[in-house]
Amino acid sequence: MNNKNKIITGLIIFIGIITFPFWYNMGKAAPGIEPELSAKARAAKKCVRSASYMKAEHMQLLDAWRESVVRKGERIYVNEEGKQFNMSLSNTCLDCHSNKAQFCDRCHDYASARPYCWDCHIDNPKEKE
Amino acid sequence: MNQKYIYSLIAVLALFLIAYVGSEAAGLQILFGIILPYLAIIAFLGGFIVRILDWAGSSVPFAIPTTCGQQKSLPWIKPNAIDNPTSTGAVVLRMFFEIVFFRSLFRNTRMGISNGSRVFYKWEIFLWIGSLAFHYSFLTVILRHLRFFIEPVPSAIILLENIDSFFKLEFITHIFQIGLPGFYLSGLILLAAVTYLFLRRIFIPQVKYISLAADFFPLFLIFGIAFSGILMRYVIKVDITAVKELTMGFITFHPVVPKEGISGIFYVHLFFVAILLAYFPFSKLMHMAGVFLSPTRNMANNTRAVRHINPWNYPVPVHTYEEYEDEFREKMIDAGLPVDKMPDEKPEEITADQKKEGKE
Repeated sequence: MNNKNKIITGLIIFIGIITFPFWYNMGKAAPGIEPELSAKARAAKKCVRSASYMKAEHMQLLDAWRESVVRKGERIYVNEEGKQFNMSLSNTCLDCHSNKAQFCDRCHDYASARPYCWDCHIDNPKEKE
Repeated sequence: MNQKYIYSLIAVLALFLIAYVGSEAAGLQILFGIILPYLAIIAFLGGFIVRILDWAGSSVPFAIPTTCGQQKSLPWIKPNAIDNPTSTGAVVLRMFFEIVFFRSLFRNTRMGISNGSRVFYKWEIFLWIGSLAFHYSFLTVILRHLRFFIEPVPSAIILLENIDSFFKLEFITHIFQIGLPGFYLSGLILLAAVTYLFLRRIFIPQVKYISLAADFFPLFLIFGIAFSGILMRYVIKVDITAVKELTMGFITFHPVVPKEGISGIFYVHLFFVAILLAYFPFSKLMHMAGVFLSPTRNMANNTRAVRHINPWNYPVPVHTYEEYEDEFREKMIDAGLPVDKMPDEKPEEITADQKKEGKE
C-alpha cells in the first residue's frame, strides 16, 4: 500500500497554511507607524507620565483613572514629579491629543486594539475643531 | 521528587534565564528577536518535511484498523459505519471525528478494583475535556497572534478577538489590572488546561509511571509561553506597536529591532516559542501529523473484501495449480483425474477416445 502521493499533498497543504503570513506579506514593505503629535502636545513636551510608560501602559492608567473618578470620586492625579492633573480622558488627554485619527487610531488600528473608551468619549468637541 | 519533571522544569527555567539575561543585560536583541526565530522556523519546516517524507516512505505491512463497533456483515446485521469503517468515506468521517473532536479520548476509561476483587471500568472524561480545552485554546491563541503578522488586520481575526474577549472581566489591584486591554478567555483556558495536563501526570500513579522528561518538557514550555504572554498583557506591559514593528519586519524579511526597545519579557516569550518550534519536529508533538498517518485509524476494515498486499513481500517462486496441471495434464487424464482445462492440441486423440467410449 502506497500513500506517498496523498501524504505529500497533505504536507504541501500544511506547509502552505503554516507559512501563510510569509507569502501573504511577500514583497510588501512593513513600515513602522508613528503617531502624529498635535501642536499642543508637541509644545507640552511631556505627557502625564514618560512617553515610554504611556506607550505601554496608558490603558492601565486610564482604567485606574476611571476607577478613581467613577467609583471613588477622586479627580486629582499626582504624577511622579508632583504635578497635578484632572483625571479626565475628554478634558485632559484629548485636550492635547485632539487628533484622534492621527494619534490614537493609528496605533490602535495597527495593533488591532479596539478600546471601548470611544463608545462614550467619541463626541469629543475638540476633535471637530 | 521526580527527576523527570525536575529536569524539564530546570531546562525551561534555564531557557527563561538565557532569554531574559541575553536580551536585557547582554543586549542581544538581534539574536533573540531575529536570528533565533528564523533558525527556529527553518528547523521547524525542515524537520517537519524530513520527518513526513520518512513516514511517507514507510510501509504499511498489515491492515490493522482498530474497531469499536459491529463490522459490516450480513445484510440484516446493522454495521457501525464510523467505528468500523468499510469505505473510504466512512474512514474520512472517522478521521474527522478523531482529529476535530478527539473521539477516541472520549471513550477513555479507567480501571479500578472494588471490594478487593471486582474489576470495574469507569468512564473517565476529564482527559478528553482537558485535551479539547488545551488544543482549541492554543489554536485560538495562535490564530489571534496573526494580528502581529498581517497589516491591516483581517476582519476574521478581529471577529475572533471579539469572541475571545466576550467576557468583560475587570480586576484592578495595585500590582496588576485586567480590563484594559480586554481579557482573553483563551489565554486563561490554555494555562488552566496545560496545568491540568501536568497535574494528571503527577497525581495519577499509572500516568506518572509512564511519564518521561520528554512529556513534561513541552508542558512546561507551553506553560511558560502562556504565562509570559499573559504576564505581558496584564502585568508587565510592553510597547505593542514596537512588537508589531518587529514581527512585521520579521515576516516581510526586512527584520528590524525597534529603536524604542522592548521589555525582556517579550524576548523570553519569543524565545520560548522559537524553542517550541525548533523542538516540534523531533518530539512527541509530531502527533500533529502522526494522527493523520495512524494505520489503526486511517484504514478501512475491509480485509475480507480487499486484499491488503504487504509491500515487504518478496517474490516467492510458487508453482500454481495451473502450472501443475499443465505439467501433469496427460498423466492426470490417463489416471482418470478431473482437470480444469482439457487439452486441445491433440483433437484427433480425444475424438478417437470419445468414439471408443461411444462405441463401448
